[in-house]
Amino acid sequence: MTARDLIPIAVLAVLAALLPLVVTSSPVMNFLVFTLIVALGAQGWNILGGFGGQFSFGHAAFFGTGAYVTAILQLRYGVNAWAGLLLAMAAGAAVAWTIGFLSFRSGLRGSYFALVTLAFAEVFRILANATAFTGGAAGLLIKLDVHPANLQFADRAVFYWLVLAFVTGVLLLTRWIQRSRFGAQLVAVRENEDAAKALGVDSLKVKLRAIALSGAVTALSGCLYAQYFLYIDAHIAYGSWISVELLLAPIIGGVGTVFGPVVGALTLHGLGELAKQFAGRIPGIDLIVFGGVLVLAVAFARGGILGLLERLRDRGRGMMTRGAKEVSHAGR
Amino acid sequence: MLAVESVSKRFGGLMAVDNASLALEPGGIIGLIGPNGAGKTTLFSMISGFVAPSDGRILFEGTDITGEEPHRRAERGIGRTFQIVQPFAGLTVCENIAVGAYLRHARRADAIARARDVARRVGLAAELDRPAGGLTVAGRKRLELARALATEPKLLLLDEVLAGLNPSEIRDIIPVIRGIRDEGVTILMIEHVMQAVMNLCERVYVLAQGRMIAEGKPAAVCADPRVIEAYLGHGAAARLAAEGAAHG
Repeated sequence: MTARDLIPIAVLAVLAALLPLVVTSSPVMNFLVFTLIVALGAQGWNILGGFGGQFSFGHAAFFGTGAYVTAILQLRYGVNAWAGLLLAMAAGAAVAWTIGFLSFRSGLRGSYFALVTLAFAEVFRILANATAFTGGAAGLLIKLDVHPANLQFADRAVFYWLVLAFVTGVLLLTRWIQRSRFGAQLVAVRENEDAAKALGVDSLKVKLRAIALSGAVTALSGCLYAQYFLYIDAHIAYGSWISVELLLAPIIGGVGTVFGPVVGALTLHGLGELAKQFAGRIPGIDLIVFGGVLVLAVAFARGGILGLLERLRDRGRGMMTRGAKEVSHAGR
Repeated sequence: MLAVESVSKRFGGLMAVDNASLALEPGGIIGLIGPNGAGKTTLFSMISGFVAPSDGRILFEGTDITGEEPHRRAERGIGRTFQIVQPFAGLTVCENIAVGAYLRHARRADAIARARDVARRVGLAAELDRPAGGLTVAGRKRLELARALATEPKLLLLDEVLAGLNPSEIRDIIPVIRGIRDEGVTILMIEHVMQAVMNLCERVYVLAQGRMIAEGKPAAVCADPRVIEAYLGHGAAARLAAEGAAHG
């Protein structure tokens, strides 16, 4: 990775880190923390769906696993919350690898893979809702005990910085993937699996690595969700709402790009909040906005917001240097 | 280096390849010709591991590779191109070739350098940063060749790399193929462009209706009555010989 690869990430992280010094209202901080948690989960989705082209409709399975593992470890076994966070990520990776092994080994692709992941998430939701161990329909309440060792902070800003640090870490991870052999092979599998195999790419191994990484990152976001709101139940943790959130953000922002999921999550939730401010009396107005934005993105911006910006930039550059033969794509 | 021993492939009631054998020594360009539907591509797919034979076995450098996955065979040094070109359309030409180069070079800088080198050899140096989806047919054929070459194969299977090219494009690419041979890569090529087969191949195998019907020097094979009949139908060889005698 070169400095040019890292500078945009650093600039974004520093600017975002300064935000709590300006904004102090707690609804806004709540909004920012929640949006970043969604962005983190969406970054996880983007590793598998964006770079690997395997569209999962069931990332709730990993989000929920992260949330439940953290909560259960603390409540039932008294495990430290930070250790719980690591174990939650490991559990997310393990669940993801298993689902991936079962579906990729049978050669499931495209809509069939999407349906299988959706089914797994639903099975988890129903099981978590019916089992006493997971708190059943009543859900799980993590005991309020504000202490950094318990991953609970008196100041919302601290939690915001923590989530931001994880989001930045995954931005770096994604940039590394983009610049590595693993990433090149993953994208090759997305573009044409047979051609990739002919070039010596072990497509099953590459896809399994991607889904395990993806599951770990999304489980991390689930764990942070549980630690921030201190309450989960089956519908929150394993509900299809989160699967949809996690795939909408990258699609709107720019699938298979480093910043796409973050841009998408901020845009969607920003617009959703604005809509609630202006038309708060209409229930579900934010969901209507999500739907509208999705239709617009699919119809007019196939590469999402980042793809649109890149096209506009290329066009602008083309006008400035009319006659130049090559259009650079180096900035991707 | 490659031995195909009595390999068959059945698709339901159809014998696509029927008890075909083939043996390649290292070095040189060997042709695989035959009428449409003879089973040439199926045989290629079995050698590269995309299709499992119903019967028979395939040896590469003395090792039985009949049951191995395609990517394992690529690691061993079997490279292939596809008759229907399969570019990674969303990637640039350079990124496309780099996927092949990553097989032997784990570091990005090495793989990219290798990709640029290969692109220069096949005449794609000017297109490196263009999206692969925007290449012409000739460009895509060169890209197929470049990607396979970037895996540094010992044996290269070329499936109709000249099909769809005009005579001047064919003239341009023939020296490239010869150059690959000169670097010590063994080439097995399926080809319909006979001018190129005569020009390039030291030896030719002829497959018809799944069976290997002839093998030998291109000129000798083209005069073989069995080969003429496979292409032109029963009795054609005798008719041609009679006409030849009449005109002579």
